[in-house]
Amino acid sequence: MSLLSVRDLSVKFAMRDQTVTALNHISFDLAKGERLGIVGESGAGKSITGFALMNLLSRPGFIDSGSIHFEGEDIVQMSEAQMRTIRGNRMAMIFQDPMVTLNPVLTIGQQMVETLQAHRKLSKAEAEQIAIVKLREVYIPSPEERLGQYPHELSGGMRQRIIIAIALLLDPELIIADEPTTALDVTIQADIMELLLELCQSNKVGLILITHDLGVVSQMTERTLVMYAGRIIEAGRTREIINDPQHPYTQGLINALPQQTLPGQRLKQIPGNMPGLDAVPVGCPFAPRCQFAVDHCRTTLPELVRYGDVEVACHEVNRLHETRTEDQSA
Amino acid sequence: MSSLSTNPEPSRLSKAWNSNMAYSFRRNPVAVVSLAIFLIITVMSLLSPLIAPFDPYDPAQIDIMNSEYPPIWVDGSDAQFMLGTDDQGRDLWSTILYGTRLSLLIGLCAVGLQAFLGISIGLISGYVGGRVDSLLMRLADIQLSFSTLMVAIIFLAVTQAMFGSETFNQYAVYFLIAVIGVAEWPQYARTVRATVLAEKKKEYVDSARVLGFGPLRIMVRHILPNSLSPIFVISTVQVANAIISEASLSFLGLGMPPSQPSLGSLISSGFDYIFSGSWWITAIPGVVLVVLVLVINLLGDWMRDILNPKLYKG
Repeated sequence: MSLLSVRDLSVKFAMRDQTVTALNHISFDLAKGERLGIVGESGAGKSITGFALMNLLSRPGFIDSGSIHFEGEDIVQMSEAQMRTIRGNRMAMIFQDPMVTLNPVLTIGQQMVETLQAHRKLSKAEAEQIAIVKLREVYIPSPEERLGQYPHELSGGMRQRIIIAIALLLDPELIIADEPTTALDVTIQADIMELLLELCQSNKVGLILITHDLGVVSQMTERTLVMYAGRIIEAGRTREIINDPQHPYTQGLINALPQQTLPGQRLKQIPGNMPGLDAVPVGCPFAPRCQFAVDHCRTTLPELVRYGDVEVACHEVNRLHETRTEDQSA
Repeated sequence: MSSLSTNPEPSRLSKAWNSNMAYSFRRNPVAVVSLAIFLIITVMSLLSPLIAPFDPYDPAQIDIMNSEYPPIWVDGSDAQFMLGTDDQGRDLWSTILYGTRLSLLIGLCAVGLQAFLGISIGLISGYVGGRVDSLLMRLADIQLSFSTLMVAIIFLAVTQAMFGSETFNQYAVYFLIAVIGVAEWPQYARTVRATVLAEKKKEYVDSARVLGFGPLRIMVRHILPNSLSPIFVISTVQVANAIISEASLSFLGLGMPPSQPSLGSLISSGFDYIFSGSWWITAIPGVVLVVLVLVINLLGDWMRDILNPKLYKG
């Protein structure tokens, strides 16, 4: 049985004069210990997906329809009290900016002990012991001393390690990491990602990695979802998606990577911007920016269908694939 | 270099002494003097049963024949009474000590009540938001549209009429605390709500929710400690205000009875004699009141400057 099973999840935002759809019938599964990447540009609905999985959407956002089964139980139907026993305990989340994620007025020890005590009956000393073990797991030097320190006394990388340690405190089955390294500098990014990967593998923790960095996704995850304007437009094994992207948008994303360009050349960016949530076109949401779009694309919404080893939401996927193979053989 | 890492952990006291706040405090003579005066007044008034030569609450120690002796530096004084006596023959020095204690007690307790009500309402209002927020804030608006003194005068006059002045005088302290406490909660509620609105958008609140903490715990343990600085600042100002309110009400005869005078009722009881020459009964407690309120306000000013990062002078 899969750890997480999302079916037809739709999230809407009730604005003053209209209701906009931020997530549109998302479905995906995550097996125990599997690592899934969610990529897409800003506003594609990646972070909303993360918050929806925690059932933590704050107003005006709400889950409109669909189900999220976590170990067989539907999170969408759960009461706030039931949900609280899952959050932090069986499902943890890591945020983008470690500078603001820790409470500035509480010491590291207080925050860790509080988290443990909120979910388990433990004395302060027992909780501190667990905290020290977890801090050691994330390679924090002299963890005993860190417990008495405040977040501002620590560096960014150190703080993100501590946040990871807090996420792992209660041995969750799933970690949702929402751009965990965006706010860190490049060398520390690599360290943190390696650490996260190592911890997930050794503890058999499922990981949902939300990011816009395809490089990170290719190193960290087994499967990838590509999102665009609140929909999944391509899903499959990470290797397939990176090596042989089917959807023109995914191709565009990969071509836009600096590694794909020779020095001195301009980056191959995708022209245009993602449509706003209140102005999603009728047909394929990517059609206005797609160089392969035909009339059919602008009128009918493509379904996510299996194509080879991946699932793609594109009408023209067959034609595009053939042209590409011809190009290559020519 | 090695000494950097081998330094022993500094003690809490030395940490506090070396903190930013303590440093700027030491550099600010006004704040130092204000705090010193405030502490002197507070300690003396707290120790009044030990310091005061007479007990103004004990009728056996009061002799009407001693009434209206001037302070010792004026002709016709009695050496027993350093600051003279009031119209009932009570030693003014002792009465001021006891009166200051009462005024401070009422001021602090009333602010405690205000803070409790205001902080709870402000936290709920800011954190829950929506209709609850609108309702509570409209209530605060309504409360603010009545002046504190007006509410207090009506409330105290009604209770005085209801219970009779005998019972009223007995419980006057509690009535005063209650009415001053209730009348000013919106000050706190609004400030707290504003900070909560700013704090709740920060990611540590999201992260607390993600860790599965309940709303009460998030409000009290996570948001409240991060909103303390404005609370400190209004608290000092509110203590001064509460002391003034108490004095005004007592002056109007709606506060402490003459048998248990606070600073306000002492000023009021001397007021009848001010033109017959006994100015000291009003003037001396008046000076004490002014000094007390002034130093509290000066401390509040200093704290506002220090806790406001926009005014931070480095």
